[in-house]
Amino acid sequence: MKIGVLLSRVRVEEKWLFEALEKRGVEYGRLDDREVKFDLADPGPWLQYDVILERSLSFGRGLYACQVLNGWGIPTVNTAQVAATCGDKLATSAALQAAGVPQPNVRLAFTPEAALEAIEAMGYPVVLKPVIGSWGRLVSKVNDREAAEAILEHREVLGNYQQQIYYIQEYVPKSQGRDIRAYVVGGETIAAIYRASPHWITNTARGAAGTNCPVTPELDTICAAAAQAVGGGVLAVDLFETDDRGYLVNEVNHTMEFHTSAPVTGVDIPGKVIDYVISVGRSREQEEISAANYKLPITSSAGRAL
Amino acid sequence: MSALCPECEANLSLNDVVTGEIVVCPDCGVDLEVTTVEPALALALAPQEAEDWGE
Repeated sequence: MKIGVLLSRVRVEEKWLFEALEKRGVEYGRLDDREVKFDLADPGPWLQYDVILERSLSFGRGLYACQVLNGWGIPTVNTAQVAATCGDKLATSAALQAAGVPQPNVRLAFTPEAALEAIEAMGYPVVLKPVIGSWGRLVSKVNDREAAEAILEHREVLGNYQQQIYYIQEYVPKSQGRDIRAYVVGGETIAAIYRASPHWITNTARGAAGTNCPVTPELDTICAAAAQAVGGGVLAVDLFETDDRGYLVNEVNHTMEFHTSAPVTGVDIPGKVIDYVISVGRSREQEEISAANYKLPITSSAGRAL
Repeated sequence: MSALCPECEANLSLNDVVTGEIVVCPDCGVDLEVTTVEPALALALAPQEAEDWGE
């Protein structure tokens, strides 16, 4: 068993993951995403890994690396399909909608004029989010028409075409000024925290404070459903609490940070992540053994082995 | 003067640094910005995140 860890930086999370690997006596390689290169016709150098744990800070690097690796049959945690879904807020919302997972109302428009109509139809305040992005970057709470017009005008002149994809989300007032970040590993909700902040954006990357949140059966059910909706694996589900609609899933993150949550919850999150990654690697080993035992040579019409 | 790396919690001992200077954590390699030197040394991650960075 050998695990590759694709990363951009060695943050405290990566240090904990390495410790968990070493504690389990698993061989692993650190793969810096600034240095890796792929020859699509030559998976050879990568076949030494039974599974790759993708920890890139960059959504693009992680996604494309996983696409190549999965194309070669090398499993990744998470899969490219999960990264593509979770890295795009509209794709996430569409997956949640298709699976019937409760979420805030979402509208989509492609021009400022249509976006303004959609915002007015939804009613103020709304939240405008870039479809690609994290850590609360450029997430805007729009309180009135003047603010909407200003933000839409600004979005029009931003260089990235994705800024002209208008993802409009219902603003959900945060109960007690907090939301919930829950960690799902292999279909089980292993831990959760409340994230509280005086600011309406309750992201620990933006200074929100975390406290332990008990994982109730109700919370586990919706988190597991959200994780399954996007393809499953190792995921962080962000939720709102509401008085009349229960939990609503806000986002699902596929390369989760947990430096706040592991100490607060007392749950060995890195250990559970590594145990899951090992299980994925073992599944691949078993598949290879089965394939080797039962594989028949592929022959041409002339009967020669190809 | 010493301070913890906000990325990896390594203890960095630094001398002759000024506010705004970028230093590299020898443990994790992250670029750090010195935000204060008096009354105590303080370090923050240098502002260099890309548009698609996140979790």
